[in-house]
Amino acid sequence: MEGYLYYPGCTLKTKASDYEKSAMAVMEALGKPLVEMDDWYCCGAVQSLTTDDLMHQIAPVRTMCCAQEQGETELVTLCDMCYNVLKQANLRMREKPQDLETLNEFLDEDPDYRGEVEVFHLFEILRKMGREISKKTVKPLDGLRISPYYGCMLLRPTEIAMDDTENPKVMEELLEVLGAQVIDNPKRTECCGSYHTVNRSDIVEKRVKAIVARAVDDGADAIALSCPLCQFNLDYHQRSAGYDIPVLYLTELMALAFGLEVGMEKHWIDPKKMLKEKKILE
Amino acid sequence: MAENKDEKMIDIYVMGRMYRVPEGLTIMTALEYAGYKYVRGCGCRGGFCGACSTVFRTKNEYKLRMDLACQTAVEDGMFLVQLPFVPAVRTVFQIDKVDPEEHDNILLEHYPEIARCVSCNTCTKACPQDIEVMDYVQAALRGDIDRTAKLSFDCIQCGLCSIRCPADIKHYHLAQEARRIKGRYIDIHSQQLAHRIGELHDGVYEEKMKEYVSMKKEDIKKVYDKREFHKEG
Repeated sequence: MEGYLYYPGCTLKTKASDYEKSAMAVMEALGKPLVEMDDWYCCGAVQSLTTDDLMHQIAPVRTMCCAQEQGETELVTLCDMCYNVLKQANLRMREKPQDLETLNEFLDEDPDYRGEVEVFHLFEILRKMGREISKKTVKPLDGLRISPYYGCMLLRPTEIAMDDTENPKVMEELLEVLGAQVIDNPKRTECCGSYHTVNRSDIVEKRVKAIVARAVDDGADAIALSCPLCQFNLDYHQRSAGYDIPVLYLTELMALAFGLEVGMEKHWIDPKKMLKEKKILE
Repeated sequence: MAENKDEKMIDIYVMGRMYRVPEGLTIMTALEYAGYKYVRGCGCRGGFCGACSTVFRTKNEYKLRMDLACQTAVEDGMFLVQLPFVPAVRTVFQIDKVDPEEHDNILLEHYPEIARCVSCNTCTKACPQDIEVMDYVQAALRGDIDRTAKLSFDCIQCGLCSIRCPADIKHYHLAQEARRIKGRYIDIHSQQLAHRIGELHDGVYEEKMKEYVSMKKEDIKKVYDKREFHKEG
């Protein structure tokens, strides 16, 4: 396949459409387009932690089986949650063949999943394309100070981490290629509060305040990340603490550096004002 | 009822009691043959209304099967039970307040339980209409109202998907809402009706109408047979 087989996940089709659009545009520009799977299913969003949870592996395994039936061994995700769930399910199918057998028997309407598909996060792909990214960077993000934020899902548990769990560098590397100045945030791997946003926003507000405060105090112009839920939490809940720092998907920044059209339509804190001040946008 | 010697008889069990019925009857007619009278759970008898969804077991099989009672033939050794109708909860909404342009995912807002779908596909296996039920729930989950409506188009609202779902999803109500939203907001609205009503208001056909009313029956039949059809669009 020219490019990569792409698993979107539900949020990318709704609340995080800015992320999908910018990632598609960036990969298209890099000559490695993301090709959406013919069939795919909601990953379940959260890795199940119950003891008897085989049922919750059905959806991710079904999706990986779809990739297998499309004749692909590599599957790329954008959403951190999807990445985490798919990768953990895949690992389990390899480590526990009896679970795979049970699922294959249950999924009698589909061919057996053989456990051969590899799940990647987009950043893992981009990391290997530094030179191409540099070539495509026609409008470097000069003078833009960006604080990367990783959250949990890309890095934990260690078995499925896409980078060093304690000291990840992938976003820093990519931002430097784009010409941005990286602002280190020691809280970049701390949890944003995740789904507590549903009914305990006080927890999220507290955690987001601590994360955002570090970025702002160190002079960052924006926060870069890839998880749609972290994006919502950091973007929405920082306002309760009086902050107004834009929270962008890293692919949005990359699209800007490539000189591509970037919508940035679904942000609570509009990044356009800051980007105009910094002469990134006209 | 006296047995006809040419008819092959089979044994079925209704609420545990054995009845000997002619082969080839549907579940519905077999129950009536056995003396039961349907007061509810029976509608068109043609497989369209979805009122007679039922659950049964076949001989030597532990799994429950489900289908429409009016469309499924009884088999020897079949176990039948009484099944109440399917009263799944439906979200009440106002059609002029569900513009998909103004909501990230209106179906998820109205039926949040779809987020519990584990893709087990039991709904699809239960569907007597061979609809890809799981696929349309998944489409709804990602906000694709058009696909939800298209995939569910043949739904007869029998509710078998919902009674089998481990996640308590109300598939058929969700799908009906998707089709209604599609009809209201996504489909192209035909201009012909408004055009024709305008013509009627303007009296374009009044002369013709007077002419037709005064015509003999045979003559108007000829006019009718020669009428022209206009293409859509």
